Amino acid sequence: MQIETLIWLIPLPPILAFFTIVLGTNRNNRLSHIIAIGSMVVSWGLAMVVFFNAVTTEGLGHHPFHSSIAWIPTGDTALRIGVLIDPLGALALFFVAWTCLAIFLYSVGYNNYGKPRDPEDRAGLPPRAGGIEPMYARFFAFISLFAFGMLTLVISDNLLLLFVGWEIMGLCSYLLIGFWYGKPSARDAMIKAFMTTRVGDVFMLLGLVYLYSATGTLSYREILYNEHVLGMLTNTPSVIPALSTAGLIGLLLFIGTVGKSAQWPLHVWLPDAMEGPTPVSAMIHAATMVSAGVYLILRFFPLITAGWHEGGPLTPTMLVISFIGAFTALFAATIALAQNDIKRVLAYSTISQLGFMVAAVGIGAYVAAAFHLITHAFFKALLFLGSGSVIHGVEHGVQHTNEHIDAQDMFNMGGLRKKMPVTFVTFLIGGFALSGFPLITAGFWSKDEILADAFAHGHLAVFITLALAAFLTAFYTMRQITLTFLGEPRTKAAEHAHESVWTMTLPLIVLSFFAIAAGWVGIPEGFPAIGGIIPNWFHDFISGTLLEHPQAVAFNPVPLIVSIGVALGGLLLGWLVYRRVPAGGEDPVKKLLGPIYSVLRNKYYFDELYSAVIVRPAYWFAETFVYRWIDRGVIDGFLHWVGRTSLRIGDFLRNSIDLPIVNGGADFIGEGVKKSGKTARVIQTGRVQEYLIIGMVFVGIVLSYILVLRP
Amino acid sequence: MAFLQAHLLTLILFSPLAGAVLLLLIPRERLQAIRWVALLVSLIPFGLALFLWFAYQPGVQGYQFVEQAIWYEAIGSSYHLGVDGISVPMVLLTTLLTPLAILISWSIEDNVRSYMALFLLLETGMLGVFMSLDLLIFFVFWEIGLIPMYFLINQWGSGNREYASFKFLIYTIAGSLGLLLAIQMIGVASGTFDLIVITEKWSTLNQSLTLFGLPITLAIGTVKKIAFWAFVVAFAIKIPIWPFHTWLPDAHTEAPTAGSMILAGVLLKLGAYGFLRLVLPLYPVEAKYFAGALGLLAVLAIVLGAFASWGQDDFKRLVAYSSVNHMGFVVLGIAAAAFAQGTMQADDAVLAINGAVLQMFNHGLSAAGMFLLVGVVYDRAHTRDLNKLGGLFPVAPIYGGILIFTAMASLGLPGLNGFVSEFLVVRGSWPIFTLYTALSMVGLLITGAYILKGLAKVLHGPLNEKWLGHKMEINRREIIAIAPLMFLMLLIGVWPAWILNVINQTVKFLFG
Repeated sequence: MQIETLIWLIPLPPILAFFTIVLGTNRNNRLSHIIAIGSMVVSWGLAMVVFFNAVTTEGLGHHPFHSSIAWIPTGDTALRIGVLIDPLGALALFFVAWTCLAIFLYSVGYNNYGKPRDPEDRAGLPPRAGGIEPMYARFFAFISLFAFGMLTLVISDNLLLLFVGWEIMGLCSYLLIGFWYGKPSARDAMIKAFMTTRVGDVFMLLGLVYLYSATGTLSYREILYNEHVLGMLTNTPSVIPALSTAGLIGLLLFIGTVGKSAQWPLHVWLPDAMEGPTPVSAMIHAATMVSAGVYLILRFFPLITAGWHEGGPLTPTMLVISFIGAFTALFAATIALAQNDIKRVLAYSTISQLGFMVAAVGIGAYVAAAFHLITHAFFKALLFLGSGSVIHGVEHGVQHTNEHIDAQDMFNMGGLRKKMPVTFVTFLIGGFALSGFPLITAGFWSKDEILADAFAHGHLAVFITLALAAFLTAFYTMRQITLTFLGEPRTKAAEHAHESVWTMTLPLIVLSFFAIAAGWVGIPEGFPAIGGIIPNWFHDFISGTLLEHPQAVAFNPVPLIVSIGVALGGLLLGWLVYRRVPAGGEDPVKKLLGPIYSVLRNKYYFDELYSAVIVRPAYWFAETFVYRWIDRGVIDGFLHWVGRTSLRIGDFLRNSIDLPIVNGGADFIGEGVKKSGKTARVIQTGRVQEYLIIGMVFVGIVLSYILVLRP
Repeated sequence: MAFLQAHLLTLILFSPLAGAVLLLLIPRERLQAIRWVALLVSLIPFGLALFLWFAYQPGVQGYQFVEQAIWYEAIGSSYHLGVDGISVPMVLLTTLLTPLAILISWSIEDNVRSYMALFLLLETGMLGVFMSLDLLIFFVFWEIGLIPMYFLINQWGSGNREYASFKFLIYTIAGSLGLLLAIQMIGVASGTFDLIVITEKWSTLNQSLTLFGLPITLAIGTVKKIAFWAFVVAFAIKIPIWPFHTWLPDAHTEAPTAGSMILAGVLLKLGAYGFLRLVLPLYPVEAKYFAGALGLLAVLAIVLGAFASWGQDDFKRLVAYSSVNHMGFVVLGIAAAAFAQGTMQADDAVLAINGAVLQMFNHGLSAAGMFLLVGVVYDRAHTRDLNKLGGLFPVAPIYGGILIFTAMASLGLPGLNGFVSEFLVVRGSWPIFTLYTALSMVGLLITGAYILKGLAKVLHGPLNEKWLGHKMEINRREIIAIAPLMFLMLLIGVWPAWILNVINQTVKFLFG
């Protein structure tokens, strides 16, 4: 079979699974999860075939797998959509297929498959005592739909189909954050997530139509692998004078990324998205959907960097992107320091790591950004799934001991390494990868490359910010590991925690393999001692995506030392500070930071700020200004006035014109005639004698006049 | 077969009317019989419309299935019907929605016979507008479409129906007056009411006009201006364009469910259709001159309509205002095309009109679907107050799924129909009205806010104990009524070419 046909087929099994479950098997949990996981296995298999075909194809960048069809007729031409696997697409396909499959399997155990249904559990609320999820089949339907969206996005050859996948994922994110819609907090979080990302999406849509208007196509290859079109976009000024068309379109698309990848200032939705079940957090809000934002700017790298030469000054668009990325990386890392919810720490960590990638794109470090995107997807999915396993374990303890504690608060944990050894080891691997633990972990290689690139090209501000963020990352990660797994249990529930079932631990093991091994493919050639033992395959492969292949950064010891220093220093410090937190103890950092701590704990009060400055005024505008004042008051007021005035005119016409003049006049004539008739009637008696008398009198008068009076 | 081919439009047009007459022969107490006959009769024009759809040849320029017969020779008016790629989708939409509206009206208990007969009469009126190629006939059907709706709201509506129906009637008749005036002036000035003839010679007319033997002569330019504005006001009220829209939330909210479905699904399209069929072809110069103002009003409709919808606590009123928002995109597309037709940007104009016509069809599907679903919950809960609903998802899971699906189509989620048309409108308008298009994005954002507000307040949140004992789930008849709409929403979202091909060919001829 043609490889292109296989690519078309990749997203189909999950969407079929979605419809099958929704329309048919939704009452049968077993069948539903078999269908969902089975379809994901098929997709995964297809993806692997395509991936290995792609990596063994010489010059894939030049001759990618590509096929397209006409989708919308537009005048004499048509808008075409299709599939494309080039190096970037192949790599994205690889990590998406693996993480999705792992998370599908994990969901079986997480949703307590095999346990009896607790009669007190209700649809819309999380199972309260370890019974099977009441909406088990629905969960698998939703994640299947999600997988369809993500796979569509990855295989798309054009921006429109990407946008379709992008929004379908947005819908799934909404549905799954609010999976337990019975909780008011989940209901609010789902709306917040959808609306915040939609802010980015509408800008992205503008970028999309702008691009389409300017080039007449949305195909990546025709725009981004085409010097002529890129040159045209670079040299035409946009509707905003200071920017080139390419620059403005890049910026508009980037705002989509800001929403989807939860970058400041649209970051507020991601932490709240943790209301959803943990596999959802792992898949959508760590590994795939939020990565899609970064994937978008990687995809449009040639457009975003149009007019920029390697080593040259950054374009305005790139400056904005690098600023937002670097700022977000540090900003989110500081918030993560003061969070106690195990998942929220990871949420802020995700925002921060995505900031690393965005900053890398902003400074033109294409390869480094792509590398970090992939390694991060593995180790962050691993961490989330690990945290889900931890929460499950602690929840078990809570049910066992009937303690009333928050099973997600890390201060209620401790000592879990003995109870949950598999989870512990894999979480440790994930955490070390996140911190950039030198040499072994994938995170080290990818993060190091970003730092090295920033340093080598003289973006010192970005370099320092990211180094600081990396230090904080290592610190809060070790804080998390220490509080959760090390030391002694701080609650009875933590004492009674137990390891999760195999469907949950197996994905952890698979992902931790990638959290280490994914780094080996991208070891810089010039790295001391081990560089060049394994060729830097990653750089060579992914460079093919671009028309102009980026140069590998020459080795420099400064960023390496900094990178190792911040990772080890942060880890050590985190361990030292948190290793002796007693049961019921306070966060040692709280005393140290004082009021700053509560600012961090409250996330710089961004939620409160947005609510006061944007959401509530907007609702007032909608409800009071537009509806009550404009529509009800002004417009309807005017209409009612017209109505009343017409009535008044009618009244006036009747009472002042009709009745007195028209009616009066007519009456006067009628009555007058009647009256004169009545008067004249007196002589109309009908008696001949009287008529004769009158006649004679009359004749007499006339005759007397003629005969006597006439002169 | 030959007869069918030759008189297809007449058959489609008058079969509902014949059905209405047939209904009057059934004794009024036999409710089930009346309902079933009404439904079956309404399926006839639908079947014929399907035949029309497949027999229609998109690539052929001009009107097809043309019929002409003598009607009022003395003043140059004839019974002249025909369809092109803009009217065929509308005919399909009308004939599809009517059976569904009848099917959803099973819950109507009083005076069923008149109700059903009025519905079928209404269908004839609407179809006539989409098929007429003669201005006088156009006007006659335009008015026929108005009266049944007045009675449907006035007799079978809810709470505030007197006010709403009166407002609807007066407002629309005010527009009709202008329409009548404009049609008369055009007819007198050109000596015929035949649209095809008028379109041909209208732009070359240059004689002054003497009105009705009065000693007043009007320059032809003045005649055109007056007729243009009379048309615009009539159609603007119908669409409705901001600020002529306030009749809509009242009428939609008070009408019975099926009435709202038809009102939003088809009647609003009559206005937009008038713009496409009469205003743009007959007044290219005036339309271009005032396109900027029209575009501004469209943006106001999109943005303020969305905000007003967001501010509602009445579920049905929320959906009603969403029509203002969605029809704004139709008007934006029309305005952009009016500005750009015949210029270098004609390609963009074609895209914008493609989007506008598809948006008319799509809004017909999603608005009808949304009103149907509002009707379902109102039927059970007897309230539309969003603050009294809530937490219904566990008690009505199928209903919840359908509501989310339909709401997402209305929101313009890619993969469903609304996105395709909004995308085309936005794409077509962007190079022409860049600022307006950018501003309309605010409306698109707030669309999300009101749709999610509706979903959250109806389905989500803690289970509302009040509804536990009630049977809230959607029943089979209602599912059958909405299933075709959902199927089309998905089909157009995934594969829009089947309908856009038809629209695109005609739009290309007319505006390319």
